Amino acid sequence: MTGEERDLLVILASILAQGLRFATPYLYASLGEMFGQLSGMLNLGVDGIMLMGAFTGFIVAYQTPEGADVTAYLWLGVLAAALVGALLGLATAVVNVTLGAEQGISGIGFYMFGFGLSSLLIKVTVGRPTPVAFFPDIRFPVLSDLPLVGDALFSHNIMTYGAYLLVPVSWWVINRTTLGLKIRAVGQNPEAADSLGVSVARIRYLTATLGGTLAGVAGASLSIALYHVIQENITNGIGFIAVALVYFGAWTPAGVLIGSALFGVVSAVSRWVQALGLGIDPNVAVMLPYIVTIVVLVFSVQRARQPAALTKPFQRGEG
Amino acid sequence: MIKRTSFMLVLLLLAAMPLTAVQGQDEPLRVAVVMPSTADDLAWSQALVDSLAAVQEALGGEDALVVDISENLWQVPDAIEAIGDYAAQGYDIVFAHGTQYGGPLFDLAPDYPDVSFAWGTASDTGEDQGLTNIFPYEARAEQGGYINGVIAALLTQTGVVGIVGPVPAGDALLYIDGFRVGVMEANSDMGLEVEVPVIYTGSFGDTAGAAEAARTLIAAGADILTGSAQQVPGVIEAIEEAGGLYMATQVDQAEGWPDTVLIAQVFDWNDVILDMIAQRQAGVTGGIAYELSLENGGMKMVLNEELAATLPVPEMLAALAGGLDIDPEAEGAMVEILQALLEAGTAEVVEGRIDVLERVEELQAEEAEEATPTPAS
Repeated sequence: MTGEERDLLVILASILAQGLRFATPYLYASLGEMFGQLSGMLNLGVDGIMLMGAFTGFIVAYQTPEGADVTAYLWLGVLAAALVGALLGLATAVVNVTLGAEQGISGIGFYMFGFGLSSLLIKVTVGRPTPVAFFPDIRFPVLSDLPLVGDALFSHNIMTYGAYLLVPVSWWVINRTTLGLKIRAVGQNPEAADSLGVSVARIRYLTATLGGTLAGVAGASLSIALYHVIQENITNGIGFIAVALVYFGAWTPAGVLIGSALFGVVSAVSRWVQALGLGIDPNVAVMLPYIVTIVVLVFSVQRARQPAALTKPFQRGEG
Repeated sequence: MIKRTSFMLVLLLLAAMPLTAVQGQDEPLRVAVVMPSTADDLAWSQALVDSLAAVQEALGGEDALVVDISENLWQVPDAIEAIGDYAAQGYDIVFAHGTQYGGPLFDLAPDYPDVSFAWGTASDTGEDQGLTNIFPYEARAEQGGYINGVIAALLTQTGVVGIVGPVPAGDALLYIDGFRVGVMEANSDMGLEVEVPVIYTGSFGDTAGAAEAARTLIAAGADILTGSAQQVPGVIEAIEEAGGLYMATQVDQAEGWPDTVLIAQVFDWNDVILDMIAQRQAGVTGGIAYELSLENGGMKMVLNEELAATLPVPEMLAALAGGLDIDPEAEGAMVEILQALLEAGTAEVVEGRIDVLERVEELQAEEAEEATPTPAS
């Protein structure tokens, strides 16, 4: 192997590893949002819930007493972030299902609430960008040392592995369980589902809460797994891209996985293009992931059928 | 016009002439700041907020100087609304702390002739448009960038030092290009071949993207990183995890990352703020352009001595140590060597032996020429 071939291998391995790692928060948030959308619930407040999850995960881990088990506190942080996310998801269900609010508008409201409250909490607790303990990368004997795929597949933190594990679990729930069938039925035809005895409101409460839970975990993955720091607006819009990735993935876990990984890998390519000095304008390079997402989105939405009742409120006895 | 003032001198003058007397009423001077990021961003915005706090304390607290802040106003229309609100409420000085606010600010300023609008990064007073109430300000960030670049080139063990930038514009671009000039200068003077790749994230606040950019540069071989804007905590965390070093600008981030941040170019806006206040007391509402530089003391190079003391002296610096009359084997040699380099670099810039801005502009012109397609003959 020549030096150039070795360099190329290093770059490819780095792109794959970075791309798959970068996809972590997108996967959690998109899979959660996917459950909501499959039942007819659009939540544009994902980013705000992620911000609250990022802060919650951070502040719990940050409280680790001297000499205490750091890992235990990190897991407690994930749990607390999930709980806060669940509560916010539940709140979106109250507003959208029970009160019948317009989902797009209420979603923006929840985003602004999460953005503002998380910023305020950071100010009154730590007051500045602050590093924190984190889940270390797990390396496997032999596997992690394999060329190309060693770093890409076998050298990530536990939350990244968890995000990828969630893909088959989500597929199984949606396609192989009664609950999944009910979720899809409620999203396609709530009136028919209701006539068959399925509680539309209960299912939508469940999916909105699950979506919020996973958004909270997505936020925690940023602060205590991937970047080990808290900062105001640490998501910088990741939650909005996550919502788009559900459309991109045509409301399937595999599609969401491909979308998240593609977005991650193209983002990594855009950085390597600059690092290698290939003469591409940096303004163009940073647009690459978004251009690719938009192009694929255009084609995927054309072939995919979105849940027929998406964003439509349901009241028994109507329609 | 470059203003040079002494913090203590202006402070004494202000102390001798109470603000209330100058204003002719029993009210404190009121200053508002509209900023694109947060007041605690460890970067551009925090540098100004820290200075305002220092000036407020020096003048006697809130009884003498009221400071109100609107943060996170990256969007120009939102920021201009806030600036207009403060002006309408009769604030004495309103800081528009973002280059992007300039155009709409110039439209707004004539409606409030008694209010001074401080605007940065900028150098245009608006006098050619008939404006009399604009105080533009900027930092010669390329100066410290140059010194950081030279030192990084001498310190790197891998021959790669990386830069994570937000967008190629304003203060960030000046710093980044100054850093690149410093590396190039070290390469040509010392016969080095240090590479200096740059990655822009396209955003000022993309902590995740900045961290990934840092990891890309580390994978490309970088053992020293630098960067600009409020997203740098992501960069510092990444290089700390990799066991490398970080060179800072705007604010000294060593407090948060004492094991990683080695040198910081620190902005100090105290003199600028005090001079603006003094000018208003003398009846001048604008028309003066301010600069922070190493010459006027508005920027300082700060060494993290505790970290430096733990570093081994690399071969390149050991060779230089003799010329600096320092024993590279002695305890604390690294601190002495780096202090000497910082002093020498600062003197080189201050005494004009190198015009960093000119070199930066040459570099930018060369790159613009390379990027322009040659017309087919």
